[in-house]
Amino acid sequence: MSSYLIRNASILGGPAQDILVAEGTFQQIGTGLTAEADVEIDATGLVALPGLVDLHTHLREPGREDAETVLTGTQAAAKGGYTAVHAMANTFPVADTAGVVEQVWRLGKESGYCDVQPVGAVTVGLEGKKLAELGAMHDSAAGVRVFSDDGKCVDDAVIMRRALEYVKAFDGVVAQHAQEPRLTEGAQMNEGQVSGELGLGGWPAVAEEAIIARDVLLAAHVGSRLHVCHVSTAGSVEIIRWAKAKGWDVTAEVTPHHLLLTDELVRSYDPVYKVNPPLRTAEDVQALRDALADGTIDAVATDHAPHPAEDKDCEWAVAAMGMVGLETALSVVQQAMVDTGLLNWEGVADRMSHRPARIGRLAGHGRPVSVGEPANLVLFDPAYRGTVNPESFATRSRNTPYRGLDLPGRVHATFLRGTATVLAGELVEPGEPA
Amino acid sequence: MKRHLVSAADLSRDDALLILDTAEELAQLSGRAVKKLPTLRGRTVVNLFFEDSTRTKTSFEVAEKRLSADVINFAAKGSSVSKGESLKDTALTLQAMGADAVVIRHHASGAPARLAQSDWLHGSVINAGDGTHEHPTQALLDAFTLRRHLNPGLGNDLSGRRVTIVGDVLHSRVARSNVLLLNTLGAEVTFVAPPTLLPIGIDNWPCDVSYDLDAALAKTDALMMLRVQRERMNAAFFPTEREYSRRYGMHGGRLAKLPEHAIVMHPGPMVRGMEITAEVADSPRCTAVEQVANGVSIRMAVLYLLLGGATLADAPGTNQSEAAK
Repeated sequence: MSSYLIRNASILGGPAQDILVAEGTFQQIGTGLTAEADVEIDATGLVALPGLVDLHTHLREPGREDAETVLTGTQAAAKGGYTAVHAMANTFPVADTAGVVEQVWRLGKESGYCDVQPVGAVTVGLEGKKLAELGAMHDSAAGVRVFSDDGKCVDDAVIMRRALEYVKAFDGVVAQHAQEPRLTEGAQMNEGQVSGELGLGGWPAVAEEAIIARDVLLAAHVGSRLHVCHVSTAGSVEIIRWAKAKGWDVTAEVTPHHLLLTDELVRSYDPVYKVNPPLRTAEDVQALRDALADGTIDAVATDHAPHPAEDKDCEWAVAAMGMVGLETALSVVQQAMVDTGLLNWEGVADRMSHRPARIGRLAGHGRPVSVGEPANLVLFDPAYRGTVNPESFATRSRNTPYRGLDLPGRVHATFLRGTATVLAGELVEPGEPA
Repeated sequence: MKRHLVSAADLSRDDALLILDTAEELAQLSGRAVKKLPTLRGRTVVNLFFEDSTRTKTSFEVAEKRLSADVINFAAKGSSVSKGESLKDTALTLQAMGADAVVIRHHASGAPARLAQSDWLHGSVINAGDGTHEHPTQALLDAFTLRRHLNPGLGNDLSGRRVTIVGDVLHSRVARSNVLLLNTLGAEVTFVAPPTLLPIGIDNWPCDVSYDLDAALAKTDALMMLRVQRERMNAAFFPTEREYSRRYGMHGGRLAKLPEHAIVMHPGPMVRGMEITAEVADSPRCTAVEQVANGVSIRMAVLYLLLGGATLADAPGTNQSEAAK
């Protein structure tokens, strides 16, 4: 394993310091370190953050390897500064058994670019009818603690209640995709001014908010932990704020795209903007930013959702929902939160590393950048200005809404337990001498 | 004028009046024994219909043939949804065949916009109705009909004329195109519908909204009835067909309350007994059949101006505006 001496990095945006990385941990941190190292990195002007943790990633394997594999997805994660991702359960077959979650977990180990923590389905086949073997998935090598039917809502109140109660036995959390199904039949985009004009079926905010309101009450009633996936409306923020004020154990995430984009983009009918939950209004975007800044929303989660070209190169109505996001997340957060003064880099580390790791109960991630801690680290250049070019992505898919957009910042290097996965912006094969 | 006609919003007031005036000239053809013009000779127009529509398709086909275009009917019903050929591959095929214009009817809102914005094909795209979005040639033929009755004469618009549109606005592409075009032409639009059949956000549309048909009748120069599909009843948009008819249907009693000069329009197909009674549909004040005839003239004018313009300008000795006037 190579050792690295990182010179003049700004840890969490603080004053420049040197960081010695060796044997998988931070060995020394200080100014003017004299230690010997195999590789020296000039990090002048770069911000050092703990390796990012994504609570919401679709790696598509098994089943949709044409869209993404665990290998390409973790490569994309590394390029985005991530050292751990939670792989969502809506694969083919669904990750609703110990066998499937162990397969995904093992593929992650083999990849080596990023830790892969599988998410288990709440119900068999994501059908919302019968609890999957949650305990078996937890007891498996994958050690599942986050359970989600993401893509579908656990809409049956009794099933949701039981799931919330049941996972308490192993400190699990149910991550809910909040979408009342009857209110969103035929839904194509946010229901509002734009949907009315475009003649596209509306996905009303109330369909998200009604489920969140029910779920926080259920979680309070049974004393369980609830996590709300991809919060997208101002009303949802209000409900979560209220639940937290009550002291209930509720956490929430927001995607980068909901922090930056609005439903006005749908006027192009370009399905690259089709996503679930849909892009909302500018007022929602502002409420989400404010909620992330004040901590009502705990985490940024990408909802990285790769799709092959043919599933987006078509009419809006038949296009797949979702956007890739791992490789642009930190840049979007810089633009939406840091450059606007809403969050400093310490806050970014909290929302993109510390808190998501804590929600997922990932012991080795989201730790401080201090001596003795596992060396999960990202070096980010916030001064960089460039145009998003999807052809340079590591993900197998190209469905990014940021194509051609100027976004600030770039990941310079990523370290997973002391091993470089990205150097000078390029992937490094794990174990390969730098 | 733009190269495509995807939305009624693509048309400026001048564009719209040019189309109406051109259609007025072309309408005189239908009175002649020989109804054909050579304008689009050698040009290929494809009718790409993903959805059944005998009326609109026939109307376009007649218009194309009267302009001597080579007409290809591309039956593409259901292709993309049923995982047959994708819209993209269909478009590439049409491009390879040298389509100069594609008239597209699609069940998905925005499909014509996708075609027009893509580099899949280079010809003009004419929206013949997309999902619950727009149907701009219907709005044009409605405006043409309105002008003939309410403010006849070349160059005239619809300033101050009051048009009341009744029915399923939520799912109506006719309503969306009409509210845009009628505003462009200076008319005042009122939508009348049960609240369940009005889209969220309609308060910001350039129109008035009422839930009460009877209250709107006296202030109406033209009443446009929209088709209401019986299936909507099952989705709880309204309780029963009879209740809908009572509250929002057009019958003889309501016809009597309209000002004497007012007309009753319907884009067809009519559901007699639902939104309109036979008594009204068959009355001389109902323009449904006249609208069909006007549809051919309007579609000729659109094709003529979108396609003919370039060719005529290129050909020595011909002049588009001369031909149009």
